[in-house]
Amino acid sequence: MKQILSLMLVTVLGLLIIVSLDGNPLYVDYGDAQAANRISTRFIRRDVNGGNQAVWFGVSEDLESGPANIVTAIVADYRSFDTLGEVTVLFVSSLGVALLLGTLTTKRMELEFHPNFMLRVGSRALFGIILMTGVYIILHGHLTPGGGFPGGTMIASSILLLYLSDDQFRTKVKSFKVLESIAGSLYVVLGLVGLFAFDYFLVNFLDNGVLGELFSAGIIPIVYVLIGLKVGSEISGIIDHFLTEEGA
Amino acid sequence: MLNNLVEIVISILLVVLALLATSSKSMMKTVMFLSALSMLAVVAFVIMQAPDVAVTEAVIGSGLVTSLFVFTLLSARKVVGKQ
Amino acid sequence: MLQYAAIALMMIGLYGLLINRNVIKIILSLNVLEIGLNIFIISVGFKTGGIAPILTSQYDNSAVAFVDPLPQALVLTAIVIGVGTTALGLALAKNIYAKYGTFDLDEIKEGQV
Repeated sequence: MKQILSLMLVTVLGLLIIVSLDGNPLYVDYGDAQAANRISTRFIRRDVNGGNQAVWFGVSEDLESGPANIVTAIVADYRSFDTLGEVTVLFVSSLGVALLLGTLTTKRMELEFHPNFMLRVGSRALFGIILMTGVYIILHGHLTPGGGFPGGTMIASSILLLYLSDDQFRTKVKSFKVLESIAGSLYVVLGLVGLFAFDYFLVNFLDNGVLGELFSAGIIPIVYVLIGLKVGSEISGIIDHFLTEEGA
Repeated sequence: MLNNLVEIVISILLVVLALLATSSKSMMKTVMFLSALSMLAVVAFVIMQAPDVAVTEAVIGSGLVTSLFVFTLLSARKVVGKQ
Repeated sequence: MLQYAAIALMMIGLYGLLINRNVIKIILSLNVLEIGLNIFIISVGFKTGGIAPILTSQYDNSAVAFVDPLPQALVLTAIVIGVGTTALGLALAKNIYAKYGTFDLDEIKEGQV
């Protein structure tokens, strides 16, 4: 009975969505989105506050928003407050996992499978490569796709590799917690510096430089480094909580 | 024309994998179907010219969510084995 | 065609959320729903023949048509929040198993009555 009722509800809801969007004058068809008619055209042309100019890679200096990656300019400059909210959501979920799964004395969970010597030693080489890729993606977040979030998760993936390949490996959990707290607080402190010493909260107070250089786009690389460190240490803490149990 | 063909193949595979994932009986198979679904979503993001989202979904879907599911299932099996 | 697949994925995830009794399968259906939703939001901003929204040395920002970058920024946030939700849900599931010995919600409800 429950199955037939949920099947009917789901089918009716799906047909309702398709019928209401098909032929709607407010909804363009797939593949016809004109960015020139939406608000995104102001983000692309960097003239939210006026001042229309052509933007050339490697030539234009001191624009309204510095990164060459337009998605980074939206996430970390125009809508930086939403990124602060996202960092807060990750912090709350990590706090919840620590409260639910934390015990006073911890030890590594015992499994029936013990990795042998080759696996334990050979994975240390791969650990360095994954860590370097993560740091590269964080640092070039304003020029190439990527940024703070995938870079931080790559750093946590390298630690996950060490957890999987070694039976007795545990990170130094206390130092990761300290690193996470400091990185998260520094993001808010950076915003408060913008509020009290300059115009508004999270303003880009360093100058923007030439579009496309490594040292450009103001405080956005600094913000991405802080976010990357915070996400990396947070997810490593979550993985450590999942793989330990109570014991001496 | 080739782009259209890739879109149709990816769409059919997405729906088939989702149906398999919600109707499978063994838990490990379900988690593996979720991981494959996430990888096909990365291909869909690349087709729609969104490289930022594709990199984020690739790292999170393959490395993080799958491993969390597997660790939860491992701890369940371990407790059963102890009894 | 991708938009129909995304709506089908959302509906399959919703159906799994309503019908399942196993806690792990409920969290899994939530993940399927979120994948479908992310594909749908990005497909709203797609333009045939557009290029990825990154400024390079080949074009300036007024010559070619970029794909809409705003849905991509929103989906970037949504993916990370989905990870946070899944991690918290799985920690709850692990504690449920440690206390009751099963993942099945019907058995837990019968055991209490």
